[in-house]
Amino acid sequence: MTKEDIKQVVLDIIADIAPDEDLSAVKPEVRLRDQLSLDSMDFLDIVMELRKKHGIEVPEADYVQLASLDSCAEYLLPKFQAKGSK
Amino acid sequence: MSSKTRIVITGIGLTAPNGNSLAEFRANLLAGKARIAEIDVRHMGRHPAGVCDFDATKWQKRKEIRNGTRVGSISIYCAREALGDSGLAWESLDKSRVGVYLGITEHGNVETENEIHNISQFGNDTKYWTHHHNPRTVANNPAGEVTMNMGITGPHYTIGAACAAGNAGLIQAAQMLQLGEVDVAFAGGVSESIHTFGIFAGFKNQGALGAHEDPAKASRPFDKNRNGIVISEGGAIYVLERLEDAQKRGARIIAEIAGWCINSDATDAVLPNPERQAECVRLALKRAGMQPQDIHIVSTHATATALGDIQECTALREVFAGCPGTYINNTKSFIGHCMGAAGALELAGNLPSFEDGWVHPTINVDELDPECAMPGLVINQAVQAPRLDAILNNSFGMLGINSALIVKKYGVA
Repeated sequence: MTKEDIKQVVLDIIADIAPDEDLSAVKPEVRLRDQLSLDSMDFLDIVMELRKKHGIEVPEADYVQLASLDSCAEYLLPKFQAKGSK
Repeated sequence: MSSKTRIVITGIGLTAPNGNSLAEFRANLLAGKARIAEIDVRHMGRHPAGVCDFDATKWQKRKEIRNGTRVGSISIYCAREALGDSGLAWESLDKSRVGVYLGITEHGNVETENEIHNISQFGNDTKYWTHHHNPRTVANNPAGEVTMNMGITGPHYTIGAACAAGNAGLIQAAQMLQLGEVDVAFAGGVSESIHTFGIFAGFKNQGALGAHEDPAKASRPFDKNRNGIVISEGGAIYVLERLEDAQKRGARIIAEIAGWCINSDATDAVLPNPERQAECVRLALKRAGMQPQDIHIVSTHATATALGDIQECTALREVFAGCPGTYINNTKSFIGHCMGAAGALELAGNLPSFEDGWVHPTINVDELDPECAMPGLVINQAVQAPRLDAILNNSFGMLGINSALIVKKYGVA
């Protein structure tokens, strides 16, 4: 699992929870909230889908780490690697 | 009516298993076309059910549909269609003077069952329970979704009234208009009940779930071989206004609310009480300043249960004895029992009678139950009537709630 793979995982989740959004030009370094119509319930959906589909837990204190695609990849990479090594 | 303020219907939006507009619904009722599907019910296999096929994306973004409820989508579709039908100048209307009053039989069962099923896939660990559960299951959900979609800032709530809910929503709205709480009301009834297995199982174990090898014949009120209710989804929402306001804006007035009554049996949780039903109808007539012979169509509640149909017929025979100009029909034979939407849809399907002069029938009566025989019962074929000025819409529900709503042709004394 690479950072690019993780960005795609997050984008796939967003495609499910925000199906009206155009995700073709999402800038990885920009906060998702600043370029997409996402609210706090949507971020909870991202957390839930990571839990359900990938067995990844994101504690509430770390929600801020999901701000952008880049920060998602940075934060989630070790978690996905830990899952992969099990 | 205690108040002299007259309330009129100026718009209708609906979705029924056999029609997504009043014109389509009415055409199928006059043509005798039922539309009942067979669906997979969780834990229960296949059962007949009335399924609506309106396009939710007509008025909602896909995210709204995903985050909301099925009944929220039904409500939004019906309210938006009703608005279009009303010709209200929506952009310039003061949205704080608009109210939403929707009757529901139940709410929250669908989402709760779905989440129980969902967490069962994860060892019943509640950390997998959706955070959308509470906004989806609060009892005001369907009406609240309408306000969010349409930017309505006046009051909204649902009226829980079992299967009398469609009438109850309209009655609540009429009262709020008379009180001056709002200037425009979106009111009626809605239901998503086919998506909850609990309602199917409850009726099944009560011996009241309808079945037939041909789903279209499964709902057959008044037939000797009827065997219970066909559960359906749907909605009908009306725009109601005070007559003076409707006249001021030159609105097309579809009909006038003439009178109503809601009362209680206070006898049994599920068995109806014909004495109280007759009292309910008589009080609605009194409030409307009408006699039984002034009613030209009685839209029955009959759900095709063995006892319920007989009880309603007993009540109607008592009230409408000696009324040769009164026709009696039933809509559930076409679309099943739309629960919270039933009363509102059944009234809507009859309203065009004021214009077209026809009374739609009750269908699927292969052999009339002698205990349901009544003069004026319109069976299997629509009939043309010499005079159609007033409709009595009956809707009754569990815990002994009875509702009777009388609507008359506008301009008739």
